Amino acid sequence: MENAIRLVPASKEDKDLLARIEKEAGTSVSLCYQCGKCSAGCPVAFAMDNKPRQVIRFLQLGLIEAALGSDSIWICASCETCSARCPRGVDIASLMDALRREALRQGKITDKKVAVFNKAFLNGVKNFGRTYEAGLLLTHNFLTGQFFKDAELGLPMFKRGKLGLLPEKIKGREEVKKIFERVEEMGGE
Amino acid sequence: MKMAYYPGCSQEGSAIEYGLSTERTAELMGVELVEIEDWNCCGATSGHNTNKLLSLALPARNLAIAEKTGLDILVPCAACYNRFRTTEITVREDGEMREKIQQAIDMEYEAKNETISVLDLLANKLGPEKIKEKVKQPLKAMKAACYYGCLLVRPVHHTGFDDPEDPQTMDTILKALGAETVDWSHKTECCGAALATSRPEIGKRMTYEILKNARDAGAECIVTACPLCMMNLDMRQAGVEKEFREKFGLPIYFVTELVAAACGDAPEKVGTNRHFVEAVEYLKSLPAKAAQMEAEEQEKKKKKISKSEPANEEEAAALKKKIDAMAKGFAKNPEKTAARIIKDEEKAKLLAEIVTGDEKKISKLAELMITDQEKAIKTAEALINGELKKRQKQQA
Repeated sequence: MENAIRLVPASKEDKDLLARIEKEAGTSVSLCYQCGKCSAGCPVAFAMDNKPRQVIRFLQLGLIEAALGSDSIWICASCETCSARCPRGVDIASLMDALRREALRQGKITDKKVAVFNKAFLNGVKNFGRTYEAGLLLTHNFLTGQFFKDAELGLPMFKRGKLGLLPEKIKGREEVKKIFERVEEMGGE
Repeated sequence: MKMAYYPGCSQEGSAIEYGLSTERTAELMGVELVEIEDWNCCGATSGHNTNKLLSLALPARNLAIAEKTGLDILVPCAACYNRFRTTEITVREDGEMREKIQQAIDMEYEAKNETISVLDLLANKLGPEKIKEKVKQPLKAMKAACYYGCLLVRPVHHTGFDDPEDPQTMDTILKALGAETVDWSHKTECCGAALATSRPEIGKRMTYEILKNARDAGAECIVTACPLCMMNLDMRQAGVEKEFREKFGLPIYFVTELVAAACGDAPEKVGTNRHFVEAVEYLKSLPAKAAQMEAEEQEKKKKKISKSEPANEEEAAALKKKIDAMAKGFAKNPEKTAARIIKDEEKAKLLAEIVTGDEKKISKLAELMITDQEKAIKTAEALINGELKKRQKQQA
């Protein structure tokens, strides 16, 4: 009975939240008839706690918390195989994206490393207008406490002229920074 | 042809050879590239994982600058390409979002121009004939697994220039360059790039599957058009080999590096010497292999000719006499002769019926009976089967 779930009708809040997630993802979970094709073709299903099909089922049942708390949404590689193959046209990959963003908004992140990486990546873009690969590697390792991760890559990359030590900066840095600020003001999605 | 050009961050850093070789490929194919002025990062996966509007606004700034030039945009990186296409299509189809994007970038943008990938440009816009014209050193003897990955073919609605399950554009390009491409199962499987940093144990297994399937299909190298795939397959190959205790040593190439090489460039010119898995030697080994292959083909042809062609006129005359005699016998007593070719009585009878009165068929079979018994049997069987089918059809 470990996997048994006590079902109660979804609350108004949950229904509203689901409607928002669906709108943002541009798809509807009620289309899904649980055939499992998404999960059969998913290249990372082997590492997921709940397969894509099950995450969709959670949403259909109004169990938004369970979907948001799934490790799976952070394991999803955004490869879009599921969306390409769904016979009902459910955009599962887009739902995963929307769930990640919602989890981020609610501060419910089961995998801190992904969030830390994303933040470091976007900070580089916000400040310089371009990706700062060297800074990204170092910041990421520092913030996640993995000081020597990928060390076997850093030096050889540098030697091959594949890793600039200083960031590339664009002239329109201020414009890019303003895009970040305006998006924040507008609430984004 | 003139195009706007968005190099993307990787092509100036970790995938510098992709940038160099894309620019060189354009030059070789007579495509003039105009770099988008003061372009910014597209936000990549981190962008769409974090904020939808941001993930559309960052590419939109570049697209809006490019739109002013009125040119279509060449985007080599598969991830940037995917983000650009997503933005373009959202702006075309979602009016509410278009307004928000314009507000966020504080610029006009209508998505009037088109973002194009390197594969689409080479295989569809230019086409294999145009490529063949420029090839100086065909990559004969190369056995390549064309690896498309995710972002160039999915979502179909955003990309759409190739099949999402069994794409062909890269195969078309490689064949135009003279290479042989293998059929394999992992053409569009994900390499796990998004997980390489955050969950390496998952990413490594995905990369391992791709390397293994390419090698098992008989490939001697893998070709990609994505800097993230390159990073996983090339830079992390040693790590994967260590983890799974299996040696691959598969060189990985950007498709554009191979265009340059086939058009006569030294591999070093476009940075192929900067790979982690040694990739120059394989390219340099190809001409010798190709020469050997050609020699073997010639040898085979020669043998075939000497087998069927008589050495001198005398022999030729003797042979003709034999064939004529056989044909005469065949025409005179078809059933008996047919039985010499086909053992089955009924079939032999049928064969006799078919050839009776048909001089052409008789002389052909007679010739084969003298020169190549096996072929005579095959030809006869084909005739019989054809007749049987015809009769079945008539009955039906």
